[in-house]
Amino acid sequence: MSDYRDEIASKIQDAFKQKQALQIKSGNTKHFYGRNIQAETLSVANHTDIIEYEPSELYITARSGTSLIEIEQAVADQNQILPCEPPHFGTTATLGGMVACGLAGPRRVNAGNVRDCILGTEILNGKGELLRFGGKVMKNVAGYDVSRLMCGALGTLGVLMSVSLRLLPKPPCEQTIAIAVDSDTAINKMNQWASTPMPISATFYDGNELYIRLSSSATAVKACKKIIDGHQIEENDIFWNSIKEQTHDFFNSDIPLWRISVPPNTETLSLPGKSVMEWNGALRWYKSDANENTIRSEAERVGGHANLFRGNVTQQVFHPLTEPSMKLHKKIKLVLDPASILNPAKMFAEL
Amino acid sequence: MHTPISTADLANQFYKVLPKDAVLDKDEQLRPYECDALTAYRQLPRLALLPSNIEEIQAIVKICKEHKIPIVARGAGTSLSGGALPHADGILLNLAKLNKVIEIDTYNRTATIQPGVRNLAISEAAKPHGLYYAPDPSSQIACTIGGNIAENSGGVHCLKYGLTVHNILALKILTIDGEILELGGKNFDSSGFDLLSLMIGSEGMLGITLEATVKLLPYPHDKKVLLAAFDQIQKAGDAVNGIISNGVIPAGLEMLDQLTIQATELYCSPGYPSNAAAILICELDGFDEELETQVQLVKKILIEHQAIEVRIAKDKQEAELLWLGRKASFPALGNLTPDYYCMDGTIPRKYLAHVLESISNLSTKYGLRVANVFHAGDGNLHPVILYDANVIGELETAEKLGGEILELCVKVGGTITGEHGVGVEKLNQMCVQFSETELSTFHAIKAAFDEDGLLNPGKAIPTLHRCAELGAMHVHHGKLPHPDLPRF
Repeated sequence: MSDYRDEIASKIQDAFKQKQALQIKSGNTKHFYGRNIQAETLSVANHTDIIEYEPSELYITARSGTSLIEIEQAVADQNQILPCEPPHFGTTATLGGMVACGLAGPRRVNAGNVRDCILGTEILNGKGELLRFGGKVMKNVAGYDVSRLMCGALGTLGVLMSVSLRLLPKPPCEQTIAIAVDSDTAINKMNQWASTPMPISATFYDGNELYIRLSSSATAVKACKKIIDGHQIEENDIFWNSIKEQTHDFFNSDIPLWRISVPPNTETLSLPGKSVMEWNGALRWYKSDANENTIRSEAERVGGHANLFRGNVTQQVFHPLTEPSMKLHKKIKLVLDPASILNPAKMFAEL
Repeated sequence: MHTPISTADLANQFYKVLPKDAVLDKDEQLRPYECDALTAYRQLPRLALLPSNIEEIQAIVKICKEHKIPIVARGAGTSLSGGALPHADGILLNLAKLNKVIEIDTYNRTATIQPGVRNLAISEAAKPHGLYYAPDPSSQIACTIGGNIAENSGGVHCLKYGLTVHNILALKILTIDGEILELGGKNFDSSGFDLLSLMIGSEGMLGITLEATVKLLPYPHDKKVLLAAFDQIQKAGDAVNGIISNGVIPAGLEMLDQLTIQATELYCSPGYPSNAAAILICELDGFDEELETQVQLVKKILIEHQAIEVRIAKDKQEAELLWLGRKASFPALGNLTPDYYCMDGTIPRKYLAHVLESISNLSTKYGLRVANVFHAGDGNLHPVILYDANVIGELETAEKLGGEILELCVKVGGTITGEHGVGVEKLNQMCVQFSETELSTFHAIKAAFDEDGLLNPGKAIPTLHRCAELGAMHVHHGKLPHPDLPRF
């Protein structure tokens, strides 16, 4: 039995009584993400196992400590995939960590974010009470969408106990084509092709070449290759894995890594440092020593935001919220965590 | 101590900030707003207001906050769950005049629109650019995007293209405190909590939508429609599972039971095999080569699951005819009966045969016929209870039967509402689906946005002391509200 709900609930209840802050940990592969906080560790790593998997119903339900490797293998065995293609950043990455961080991988461009594939969540709130929101069916509009609210909340609104995820069939054929273009042409082409029905499941620009992953039937992929007219790269899986897990050369340095989220068709940004792009241009990674205000102003100028992904150059890790938004954030936090014990200040100092 | 303001004085407050014809106070002017498409519940508001822009809405909200006046927002009033039912002490805020398409951004594939823009009007505006807005609730020629956002509306194409929540990029919301919240953007994620998801499907209770930016998709190269007939519901259900298990995500996959098939054949002769226990209508779309592969695969699967007939529509006209029958199902059923209730629940697909058998038993138990229209692709079920309101007690019987069906949906791991929302209709079933602590959490979230409870009070989330209420869409003697809307 790997169901530790009661034990974990009891620990939270004690912490609630003592007003003792907790730091929620599972596989600890994304420890670098978010603000640094010091608090007593609450581990959910033992709370594991796939609870329900129905390939023909297109969902899987698993406890939050279940490893992503196990989940991805289980669904791959049935020729299915997680639509959001999440980065692991380590072999001990878990389902709970994936949802708490809300980070999607290359396939996000045509298959959706992490929150798009959440069907339901079971959580323990900041009083140790068990709550279930959503379910295991896609069309479910009963009640407020507290399930999706958990996604990307970095554990500050509840400790995930189990999650039901929507699945997709594994595309029968995947191939990647590369073409040599400059930055603005890359942005232009990615968005031009995204306006056609071509089955493009990932895009990446490294400063020299634009990489397009096609995912569909073999005949469709063949037809699209002619349209894109580039050269096919070898080792499609290894390439995209290096992007997803950030083992690609670009990420290999100590310069701070900024994650800049902008409308996809935004022109090349005016920022110092090296950069690569994903998601048709909607995700711009910058290795830059520039001041955080410079980076954030530029992101805002084009209708986006900038988060510090790796590096310790600022404690304002996430792009600041507007005042009305922060007011609401604080109120919502108090609803789910009245004593503010769950990962306090993990996202913002004042939350 | 708060002293209530008289309706006349309240109207005068609004006359200061709105043009005269935007403030309605006479009964005959208010009558058109007394209900939405859930006609069993009717309530005149104190006033109806028709603002034309954001400044007017802000002024209205300021007055309502000051005098503690409930606000019920309304788009086209096509809600099937009473979402736009007015409050006796409040104003009805009609947002239909905010109907501008502000921008179509073809490079980023987005449309920015005001809340009163009709769902189909978005696709119409995007069409010249080869783009469209995917969520297609059946009332799409009339329903507004503001309403879609409030209900997290679905439609036939959800399995492949998602619900409203999967297709909204940004919202500009006005809170009851008069603050404008800008949630999301044309980029793919936001800093902080996912308030965008929280707002969508919140049934007008957390804020008022001033503007929305939606995702546009490229038109698929082509579509193909197949029809398959089965002599047993179980086989049709198994075929659906077979299609999904083989890696096909259809754009649409609908099932009709025998009663519905026969009613539809009588009504408009789409050429359905009327002796079939169930038929499936399957739409596939995509890139040309991908589509052809899928059609052959689906045909093979249908035959493997003992379809007694499989038809592939030869051309656009034939495809439209196959769909026409499905879209005419509700009016067709209306022809068989003085009145009907349309229910809305979602179940895991594998329980379809079991649920339909249970519904059949309930139908016998209560002595009322039930037809079933099923969005087989995503598990959303619309049982249609046929009754006669003129027969004493039959209305209440139909309601009891409907309530039991919804509870059955929850029992098999589904939900009480797949797309119509809770509104006032399903408040007591919310008590079956959620625990007290969960409901309290919902109330607390609501209080975070609206501590006085002025936005659409009495809807969606039952109080813990709630008693059982009516629940479903009524059709009286063929007089359907919005009769020109396709209902399917």
